Amino acid sequence: MIKDFDLGPILTGEYATLMLQGAELTLKLMLFAWLLAMSLAFLLVVVRLTGNKFAERLVAGYVAYHRNVPTLVQLMLWYFGVPTLLPESVQLWLANYSTEFIFAVIALGLCQAAYFCEDLRAGLRAIPDGQTEAARALGLGYVRSMRYVILPQGIRNSLPSLINHTVLLFKNTSLAMAIGVVELTYATREVENYTFRTFESYSVATVGYLVFSLLLMGIGALIARRFELARAR
Amino acid sequence: MLDVFSILHSNWELLLIGQYPNGPMGGLVNTLILSALALVIAFPLSILLAMARISPFRALRYPAFVWVYVLRGIPLLLVIFWTYFLVPVLIGHNISAFATMLCTLVIYQSAYLSEIVRGGIQALPHGQYEAARALGMGYWRAMGWVILPQALYNALPSMISQFVSIIKETTLGYIINMQELTFSANQVNNQLLTKPFQVYFILAVTYFCICYSLTRLAGAVEKRIERKRKGEHGGSAVAKAPVELASTDLSR
Repeated sequence: MIKDFDLGPILTGEYATLMLQGAELTLKLMLFAWLLAMSLAFLLVVVRLTGNKFAERLVAGYVAYHRNVPTLVQLMLWYFGVPTLLPESVQLWLANYSTEFIFAVIALGLCQAAYFCEDLRAGLRAIPDGQTEAARALGLGYVRSMRYVILPQGIRNSLPSLINHTVLLFKNTSLAMAIGVVELTYATREVENYTFRTFESYSVATVGYLVFSLLLMGIGALIARRFELARAR
Repeated sequence: MLDVFSILHSNWELLLIGQYPNGPMGGLVNTLILSALALVIAFPLSILLAMARISPFRALRYPAFVWVYVLRGIPLLLVIFWTYFLVPVLIGHNISAFATMLCTLVIYQSAYLSEIVRGGIQALPHGQYEAARALGMGYWRAMGWVILPQALYNALPSMISQFVSIIKETTLGYIINMQELTFSANQVNNQLLTKPFQVYFILAVTYFCICYSLTRLAGAVEKRIERKRKGEHGGSAVAKAPVELASTDLSR
């Protein structure tokens, strides 16, 4: 196994292209899902902060559902289940396209929004009430006190967990292979099936995932340290 | 949505125990067996790993560090593929899908659990360890009698949350055709063909009920521990402490 370890066939030619395309799709999936999750999370936090009991319950339910149901099941529900609820004409129209990427983005994004929402909320809750009061006393309105005083501190507080959950999202993109998205894990499987170079192809994929995850963690640690320094000043 | 009940009525056995009396155990029961076994086996490993990560010896600290960071950096699916491929090569014969999943979850969770245990140990005041050593305990006795009982107790809520993660991760067994709840649901879906939303809805609700009650349990345990800790630092406890100390001194 180790004796004829040869990365050559995997790092050159068509298999390399397949792997690279997979990696590209993984990153795309991650980017779109992240953007969807982040914007939705901000929306959810704002709704939760309004103090309306009903809205609060709704957001809490949303978060509880997405955190307590396996991501794979959420993906399946979206990809196999939801289209059948649509009107028949829409279903027929959808059948012309490959929808797995879109549904993967939706499922992963909605799931991750729940995590991001909790991170942001925890970050905002850690800010003493005096901060809001002081901002309002200085004559800042709601929006401006949010924009200049509360949010910067809140995001700073929640940054470590936001980064952690971004890494989680990155790793979760691999689940999209179960609904047929040809991302890095799927591509690795394909290459392995064609070449029978299991050890080599898995190694390449592992290194790929690892490098990007560690990069994210490293960036997170760097930003956290800069904020620490800023606070110490 | 009434379909949900008729689907449940005709397939509950498959979803609950798979084809058990006539075939391998599967369904929800297998999911729970797998998760519980994974937690029970990964737990002692994670304690050793945590101790290695904070040990003063580099030869222990570095490998543990690499182990944890590599496993935290790659998707579980890749670990499953590695186990599926490597374990038969290493031990010389094929293993079942259940054993593959169990192996994978133990390896993967040992990294995550060890971070929780490490957090619990490091959250304790250093004086605890020093006091234990000052009382004449060695490293292992101090760990076993003083540090770990407190650290693990404080880490209990996170442990329960991690058990929820394990339950959620067992769904990936479906990809290597392991008989568990998601696999059963897919079987049901393949028989019915026309009701995927209802089938996956049942699946999601089942996981939700189990995981949500465990999450609530974790929350309740956390509150309890917090209350207890506050009680310990409260006025009455502080007032009592010197008396107790004095009495033990006298009795010696």
